[in-house]
Amino acid sequence: MNEVKCECGHVNPHGTVLCESCGKVLEEKEMQKKLLDMRYEGSARRSQTYNKTIIDKVWNFFSSVKVGVWLIVVTLVASAFGTILPQEMYIPPVMPAAEYYEEQYGWFGKLYYELGFHNLYSSWWYLLLIASIGVSLVICSLDRVVPLYRALNKQRVTRHEGFLQRQRLFGISAEAPDQESIKKLKGNLQSKRYKIREENGNILAEKNRFSRWGPYVNHVGLIIFLIGGMLRFVPGMYIDSVLWIREGETKAIPETEGQYYLKNNQFILEVYDKEKEDEVFEQAIDKAGMVAKNYQSNVTLYKKAGDSIPGETPELEKVKDEEIRVNEPLKFEGFALYQVDYKLNELNKMTLALQNKETQEEFGEIQIDLYNPKSEYDLGKGYSVEVLSYFPDFEFGEDGNPTTKSRIPNNPAFVFEMKTPDKPEGEVSFVAIRETIEPNGDNQYKMAFKAAETKNVAALTVRKDLTLWIIALGGLIFMIGVVQGAYWNHRRLWVRNVDGQLWTAGHTNKNWHGLKRELEEIFKGTGMEAPAEQQAEDAKNG
Amino acid sequence: MAALSSNLLYTAFILYLIATAFFGGAIKAKKDGQRETGPNKWAAIAIIITIIGFIAQVGYFILRWIAAGHAPVSNLFEFTTFFGMALVGAFIAIYFIYKTPLLGVFTLPVAVLIIAYASMFPREISPLIPALQSDWLHIHVTTAALGEAILAISFAAGLIYLIKHVDQTVKSKSTLWLEVVMFGMVATLGFIIVSTAFSAAGYEAKFNYIDKNGAEAAYDYQMPALVGPHEGQLAAKGKFEPMVETPAIINAKKLNTVIWSLGAGLILYGLLRLILRKRLAASLKPLVKNINLDLVDEISYRSVLIGFPVFTLGALIFAMIWAQIAWTRFWGWDPKEVWALITWLFYAAFLHLRLSKGWHGEKSAWLAVIGFIIIMFNLVAVNLVIAGLHSYAGS
Repeated sequence: MNEVKCECGHVNPHGTVLCESCGKVLEEKEMQKKLLDMRYEGSARRSQTYNKTIIDKVWNFFSSVKVGVWLIVVTLVASAFGTILPQEMYIPPVMPAAEYYEEQYGWFGKLYYELGFHNLYSSWWYLLLIASIGVSLVICSLDRVVPLYRALNKQRVTRHEGFLQRQRLFGISAEAPDQESIKKLKGNLQSKRYKIREENGNILAEKNRFSRWGPYVNHVGLIIFLIGGMLRFVPGMYIDSVLWIREGETKAIPETEGQYYLKNNQFILEVYDKEKEDEVFEQAIDKAGMVAKNYQSNVTLYKKAGDSIPGETPELEKVKDEEIRVNEPLKFEGFALYQVDYKLNELNKMTLALQNKETQEEFGEIQIDLYNPKSEYDLGKGYSVEVLSYFPDFEFGEDGNPTTKSRIPNNPAFVFEMKTPDKPEGEVSFVAIRETIEPNGDNQYKMAFKAAETKNVAALTVRKDLTLWIIALGGLIFMIGVVQGAYWNHRRLWVRNVDGQLWTAGHTNKNWHGLKRELEEIFKGTGMEAPAEQQAEDAKNG
Repeated sequence: MAALSSNLLYTAFILYLIATAFFGGAIKAKKDGQRETGPNKWAAIAIIITIIGFIAQVGYFILRWIAAGHAPVSNLFEFTTFFGMALVGAFIAIYFIYKTPLLGVFTLPVAVLIIAYASMFPREISPLIPALQSDWLHIHVTTAALGEAILAISFAAGLIYLIKHVDQTVKSKSTLWLEVVMFGMVATLGFIIVSTAFSAAGYEAKFNYIDKNGAEAAYDYQMPALVGPHEGQLAAKGKFEPMVETPAIINAKKLNTVIWSLGAGLILYGLLRLILRKRLAASLKPLVKNINLDLVDEISYRSVLIGFPVFTLGALIFAMIWAQIAWTRFWGWDPKEVWALITWLFYAAFLHLRLSKGWHGEKSAWLAVIGFIIIMFNLVAVNLVIAGLHSYAGS
């Protein structure tokens, strides 16, 4: 529709400001200006041309750099707000967030919590901001890159006089130079790696046009990055789970559907010892007291062999032994296990002896596996102990009865029934750490604490992230694009014969000082003047 | 080896100061002669001294690396010193592109201030905690610091632009904010002077106090306590009694340091104003007389163009790779991560405003100044005040 035919014969799309081919100014408004706005080569951008339908309006809104910058600034300020107080994921899990913020930070903490700033980065409005930036990236880029590509692709060597004289760098040499000077000029241009095109004795020298695509390449990278981030919400793409595993224990690795098992052979915590370390560290270790050196879990990875029905202990096949340290995760089949936490000396087994309270005579010991206590321990000769109840993490509940807080044996307590030849009906005793209650009055026997066996527990994060390669690809493309756009400059020099005079004009997308210096060198020894700055001192472009 | 390393750092520090003076001489010398195109003899000497200083500092860096067995970028002192070194390195590179001695007059003092500031923090060589035991320590940290240093050059150029461009004959918002920036640097100097003075005097006062969780705790003040901690009791007699007591939620020791620094900064600033009888920015104006505004604008923009990709690579991409390895996820909204993102967003906005909205000259110079303030905030405040996972970078 409404195509614009230039006098040079080239047919331009509707809305074109400068003819794609010869550069003639097609719009009245632009005629008035002393210098052309060369930003997108005067090409026809959709956003500058149509503004009727809703789609036009949405397109025009998001294609505006002004809107884009506002989105960036709002996101920036919002992000800063999220760092005033710690986010919910970083507060200690001692109490509900609602109470924590108020207790720690007073009215401000309460307000922070109520505004939802404790989870700012996953709030709907923050995600909406990021999504808007994504949309803006797509529309901004499309709005510009297509017409810009057309304009740079269709440009011809001989440019219109009106185009040349409205360039920032422009010059006219009074008399036409001889062939020798032109040859020298071309040689200089070539040695500066300009590509030269000629038409009727006119010259277009151009270099680094690819740098113009840098911004669009980096935007593509960012979009891929954001898509990668979005895919995280697709089930199965991202797994985040924690495995607490005791020394000696073999456990199914969560989220592997029972295919992989892990055995924790040993957990090691090392601290720096100033006697053993290099003496340069002595002062620092003295000052800090204790500095951790290594957190390490020695594990064995197993894979399930063959099929097994649920509940059956599967047959395991060893895959490998590995030492998991911070910075050295164990990797297998898209999963990674990271050393993230530990607990030293957790109670594991407890040894108690059946004892006559008066004579202190003992009738045998029982060792209770605190994770899997037997219900009865037979000591022979008519002595036996039955475990009536077991509370691994004992506390008195609100109703005054004993309960357990968790299944971790942090504070084990038992109700034993002790059967002996002289008390065959049994005596009941409640035994907790440093506490014994005898509900039926005075007993003749007791369970005396003998020893406890502890084990270290390692916490491993189980991670699978199928979005990583997309994120990495996005990052890589972004870097390529940003370097391409930032480290090279698109430079052009036009030389045209106009009625026996030689007109020259220069353009660069940025870094004008660099272009000017380069042109000085290129024109040196040709007997011609390099095109000169036309812009007033107070309105210069960088 | 550690001692030799420290001496090299000291040497570099002194050489940077001398080089600053020579760069100053280079502009002075220009005044009498005609406007010359290339740098003069003074400038040639100045850049040679700068390079020798830079080599000395690289020597410090390498020796300390050998002594410690890991790259010396693992705590606030080491990182900040490296940042200062990168700033000098970036300056040397930019100097050879644009040959402007004036840039040295502004960049080197900033580098000197940064290195002196770094030295106020614990300087022992410390062993690495498990999270830091990775090659990514030096890959990530050095690239990020280099990126920030190149961006800081844009600040120096922006500042030159503003000092020359802002009209000092009338009072305006611009003159006010420019003085605020000047005061920021004077206050940093104040902090350095006060810290050095009290540490030379060996001042120490121990306070027992009640922390925000109601537990007993202790602070070792290295400066007389103007503000004391919550229910603080001086452990030893004869030391300065605090004038004000702070609520438990505030870190009284750090607040006290901030008050001392600002106070010293104010006094210094006041003295300077008294001596100079005009605004600091106004008294720097003669220095920038001969510089071409257009050129500093381009230097400022060029530094952002060069620094932005390096910053992205070091502070975001390498950071993400390491975070994925050490912390199980490449991004976790830790305050330092967020502030790296904020810095990145800011410079992205800078580039868009410049490329598409035509923000050149003064506007662009102000943006360069704000960008540097954000970088400094990330270096200073995020480490010392907000903390988080990167808090081991603090003291």
